[in-house]
Amino acid sequence: MNALFSLVAIIVIIAAAFLGASVPHLDFLFGVVFPYAAITVFLTGIVYRVIKWSTSPVPFHIPTVAGQQKSLPWIKDSPLESPHNTWGVVGRMALEILFFRSLFRNTKMEMKNGPKLVYGSSKYLWLGAIVFHWSMLIIVLRHLRLFMQPIPSFVLGLDSLDGFFQVGLPGLYITDVLILSALTFLILRRLTVRRIRYISLAADYFPLFLLFSIAATGVLMRYFFRIDLVNVKELAVGLFSFHPVVPQGTGVLFYVHLFLVCTLLVYFPFSKLMHMPGIFLSPTRNLANNSRMKRHVNPWNHPVRVHTYEEYEDEYREKMKEAGLPLDKE
Amino acid sequence: MYDSGKIIAGLVIFIGLFTSPFWYDLASGTALQTPDLVLPTKADQKQCVASLEFMRRDHMALLNDWRTQVVRDGITYYKSANGKEFEMRYTKTCLGCHTNTSQFCDQCHNYIGVTLYCLDCHNMPATQIQGPMAAKILNPNSEILNKLQIQN
Repeated sequence: MNALFSLVAIIVIIAAAFLGASVPHLDFLFGVVFPYAAITVFLTGIVYRVIKWSTSPVPFHIPTVAGQQKSLPWIKDSPLESPHNTWGVVGRMALEILFFRSLFRNTKMEMKNGPKLVYGSSKYLWLGAIVFHWSMLIIVLRHLRLFMQPIPSFVLGLDSLDGFFQVGLPGLYITDVLILSALTFLILRRLTVRRIRYISLAADYFPLFLLFSIAATGVLMRYFFRIDLVNVKELAVGLFSFHPVVPQGTGVLFYVHLFLVCTLLVYFPFSKLMHMPGIFLSPTRNLANNSRMKRHVNPWNHPVRVHTYEEYEDEYREKMKEAGLPLDKE
Repeated sequence: MYDSGKIIAGLVIFIGLFTSPFWYDLASGTALQTPDLVLPTKADQKQCVASLEFMRRDHMALLNDWRTQVVRDGITYYKSANGKEFEMRYTKTCLGCHTNTSQFCDQCHNYIGVTLYCLDCHNMPATQIQGPMAAKILNPNSEILNKLQIQN
């Protein structure tokens, strides 16, 4: 039901773009107004949410670790699993962000005949996730050839690396195959594994369907129903240099692709996709495990009014003297 | 706001990276330059092998198709939509009209960042060679020209 709802939402979005861009003069709306609006919502939404997160204190020192803490010199510590300083945290965060280390440790639990409970490593989710995310990054960077003029050389290098196999004309990109495979796997995982389908919400299916339709329309435009790329670049560069132009005859499929990307940008700050900035702000990952070396003070602590011994002595000095009690200060 | 220094630095880096195409295109100054094509002026051949819209979108697929037909199926002539026949040869038919590739092909290819590898192996006729290497290659005593002519 959740999957169906998300699917219907995607179909409505595609249909809206398809019909809207077919109407003459509406291409300015789809080609210029929506992209600017989407970028604005994306950036302000992310800034708003990150600043809102940053107003929440971290009351406890809560790194989750999977290794020995730094303690006595003759006990071997693991600086990446249980970092005790900033460089260790940077290394740990880099492993997490670039290679999804904690997902790599994913385990599964199965009941075998016996009955016997068996635990084992489960790498498929990690594989699907890492293939998808890296393909997505390379595809976004590759798109800079259509956004930037003159084209930076690293974009051209990335482009030729991605088309390394030189299959067909225009050449097949490795990431195009990988991203569609990974997204298909991630969608099928939610649909076929019963316990995952049970916990899957519309908000889980929608981004998958959205990303799949973005990748699919891109693939269609490159390999099957080609469009005029010179027009696309004129439009993109026009947007980025604030001289918007809408070349004629670019093709409806391009506007569908662009509208889906705008949808993704607008949807991003309101959704689970905020894990992108969120991973940097996870206290269980970005805190050093140094609670034995440094005191972590809860920023929520109420300021406590204390009455020090010096003040006490000042207050009762005369009386204490009379009673013959020892004094710090005479 | 806690850790405001780190949060603001992170947000500035993120916004800077995300909006980098804006800064790049605004700073480059040449961003709005579009391809400047010099169209052929041949008297006896006014019509391309297919329509303008088709050629703009699908010329690479057409060439790939020609390659397959010539090399694998032995078909060497292409019948265009208006019934005219063309020899399926890139160097003779295409470059026959579009004699200067740097003023035609390369204009759009460079604009959208398409790097061709066809000519890494296939030689162009010596008269089509443009650019800084041309004088060197076109020197009648040059070894490269002798090699090219033998192969052509």
